[in-house]
Amino acid sequence: MEQASHIFSYKTLGLVLGALLILTGVTVGASYIDLGWINVWIALVIASTKASLVLVVFMHMKSAGKSVVVSFLSTVFFLAVMIGFIFWDVAFR
Amino acid sequence: METAASFYETPEPARFTGVWSWLLTLDHKRIGLMYLYAVLFWFLLAVLLGGLLRLELMFPGETVLSSQLYNSAFTLHGVIMIFLFIIPALPAVFGNFFLPIHIGAHDVYFPKLNLLSWYLYMAGGAIAVFSLFSDGFADTGWTFYVPFSISTNTNVSTTVFAAFVLGFSSMLTGLNFITTVHKMRDRAMGWLQIPLFTWSLYATAWVQLLATPVVTITLVLVMIERFFNVGLFDPARGGDPVLYQHLFWMYSHPAVYIMILPGMGVISEIIPVFARKSIFGYKAIVGSSLAIAIAGSLVWAHHMYTSGMSDTAVFVFSLLTFVVAIPSAIKVFSWVATLYKGAILMTPPLFFSLCFIYLFSVGGLTGLVLGAAGANIHVHDTHFVVAHFHFTMFGGTGFAFFAALHYWWPKMFGRMYDFKKAYIAAILVTGGFMFHYVPMFILGLQGMPRRYYDYLPQFAAGNFFAGFGALFMIFGIGLMVANLVASFARQRTAGPDPWGGVTLEWTIPSPPPVHNFVHPPEIMAYPYDFSGVTDRSEQRQKGE
Amino acid sequence: MPGKPDQTGNKLGMWLFLYTEIILFGALFVLYAVYFSWYTQDFILGAKVLDLGFGVINTIILLVSSFLVAASITAVQKNQRNIALAALAGALVCGAVFLVNKYFEWGHKIETGIYPGSEKLLDGPAPQNLFFGLYYVVTGLHGIHIVIGMVLLAVSFGLVFCRKITAANDAVLDNCGLYWHLVDLIWIFIFPLFYLVV
Repeated sequence: MEQASHIFSYKTLGLVLGALLILTGVTVGASYIDLGWINVWIALVIASTKASLVLVVFMHMKSAGKSVVVSFLSTVFFLAVMIGFIFWDVAFR
Repeated sequence: METAASFYETPEPARFTGVWSWLLTLDHKRIGLMYLYAVLFWFLLAVLLGGLLRLELMFPGETVLSSQLYNSAFTLHGVIMIFLFIIPALPAVFGNFFLPIHIGAHDVYFPKLNLLSWYLYMAGGAIAVFSLFSDGFADTGWTFYVPFSISTNTNVSTTVFAAFVLGFSSMLTGLNFITTVHKMRDRAMGWLQIPLFTWSLYATAWVQLLATPVVTITLVLVMIERFFNVGLFDPARGGDPVLYQHLFWMYSHPAVYIMILPGMGVISEIIPVFARKSIFGYKAIVGSSLAIAIAGSLVWAHHMYTSGMSDTAVFVFSLLTFVVAIPSAIKVFSWVATLYKGAILMTPPLFFSLCFIYLFSVGGLTGLVLGAAGANIHVHDTHFVVAHFHFTMFGGTGFAFFAALHYWWPKMFGRMYDFKKAYIAAILVTGGFMFHYVPMFILGLQGMPRRYYDYLPQFAAGNFFAGFGALFMIFGIGLMVANLVASFARQRTAGPDPWGGVTLEWTIPSPPPVHNFVHPPEIMAYPYDFSGVTDRSEQRQKGE
Repeated sequence: MPGKPDQTGNKLGMWLFLYTEIILFGALFVLYAVYFSWYTQDFILGAKVLDLGFGVINTIILLVSSFLVAASITAVQKNQRNIALAALAGALVCGAVFLVNKYFEWGHKIETGIYPGSEKLLDGPAPQNLFFGLYYVVTGLHGIHIVIGMVLLAVSFGLVFCRKITAANDAVLDNCGLYWHLVDLIWIFIFPLFYLVV
């Protein structure tokens, strides 16, 4: 039973849901404070934190093995390159 | 070696017979062959289309194709060659057939998904055929650049939808191969003991998996724009057409590495066998395969130097493009070093492989000319580009495909073809190839644009000469295919190991039994150990 | 046919498929990133037009649904079939409510003349057209994935019901759950980028 050591209890799941809802509130609240260009980065950091909770807890990413963790991070890296490298063009026109 | 029934005689699942034992098969070898028949059909069709294009160009003015038909013809030629031949051919035919065998497995991890990939491939082809009718095949070039792809009245949406479906086929094959290599290797086979063809398929599979979705959504956006006029690439509505090019090339540049990596894997298998010598630099080849896959995703905008993007981008992408040439060069050095002081046995697979090394190197070097931003301004969208990518995609992947056919034909079909005719065909194809494409480098440097059905009078001689080369080339291809097919008429059966190979497919009968291995395979500590290879081959051929 | 040596490949295969979905939406986020950097003010104005209430409710709904799907997996592992069924049913209800909300949200926008190719967008400032164009494409594609996810959850529900999914044999539920979580993950990024631009 591969999942035996990785069952998250209902309590853990509930706590994570709570954290996710709180973070949602935080990101909504942050959108009412105008910090200029920092706002979008704050929103992305909060979203990434929420995403990490979903990935690690709800999606049991760690129990899927090292190949999954490494390849997931590589996928995110590829996406970051796609977005980042296009700015060599669009930021310097 | 005891005789076991071949996979032709033993359907998998066992309950099907006749044509259903093929159409509903879960056997990776049968699926590989079904891909082979389809791929050969599309290849030959696209070759004839290419011949038609060059026939039009042989003489100035409009001869056999109107300008509109010419545009559709080169679009169709490109779409078929790229999406229906070059991208799928090596992975789907030889990858499917040999990847499980190379790692000591009985099949891929997801056999049903494998069959689905084949059906998606066939569906994509059917949709492409369908788009030939009513409003006519797309006339945008296989690159479907906006705004023309959005405004033109031809069947762009259907064509693009065909490419969309074919993308799924490619993606799912990549997914299958990655899982197979991770989970189905023989217990005794570690990562540094898998054959180089397997490594090349593994690196390719990652690119297939991660890059294809970009073109999937990009083509969907073209369809959305055609139907709903959202305006995401329309300057009048705030959009930027150059962004389409960015998204398109984010897939299509890595796609050329999908095309070439398996080909390089084939060459890495063939050269050691016919040099009777271990491959030089196994780890370097593994590393360079992965490096090509990774670095290849960083350079896409070198297709866009003249598009209006920023000078900074031009500089950055040009610099990175020079970097990506290095791992490819490492491979060429490794192959040549393998041949050096080897005991060379000339055979048709080796001959095609040597042609590959030469033609691909020329293609790669001319890629540097194109990658250099300054030089690119002069040759962008000229026939220089056309020659470059035909040297790499045809001289490269195409010839690797021919080499693979000749190398693995005896294993897949249990028959041996006539060597002499194979050499004659190879010489005709290679010679014809040179006469056909080298003039295009010159014409391009002289300024002849690509994708035009006509040209200025000073380009007439070069085009005429190139047309002649095409004749020899096409004839050679026909002879090659006929020679292979004729092997069925000859009674010359091939034994399990006609070449003296070291990878696992040469330890099993030709053709293989349905579950590949009758006895558990014996995994060697190093995959390219050639000690005692001639004796071993003789023993296997005798049936011991 | 000899069986697979190791069932963990099923999970690897699903994660690999999820990567393709991440890149699929990722390319749209590339477009968003570029246009947001060029037309930040227009995107801020566009975000104000979108209904924050719908956005927040839909975010909460999807987070709860992810919780329920994760709970159903825990339930199956603990052989608590009824809890698993209830959780999956709850997640399905969440998905349905999400789609109904989306229907009303889009409907309201279309009524006010904001839809791809509409005159209002054609006549208005061009970058606003981009914002709403991206909004419809991204949320539309996401909505299609919600539907696919619901189908997978329904299939899982059926298999748990027929006892084909058990503690020893939960790969299908695991994988369908992964897909659903991905759909939630994508929304976690869509929400701030379209509703909370400031």
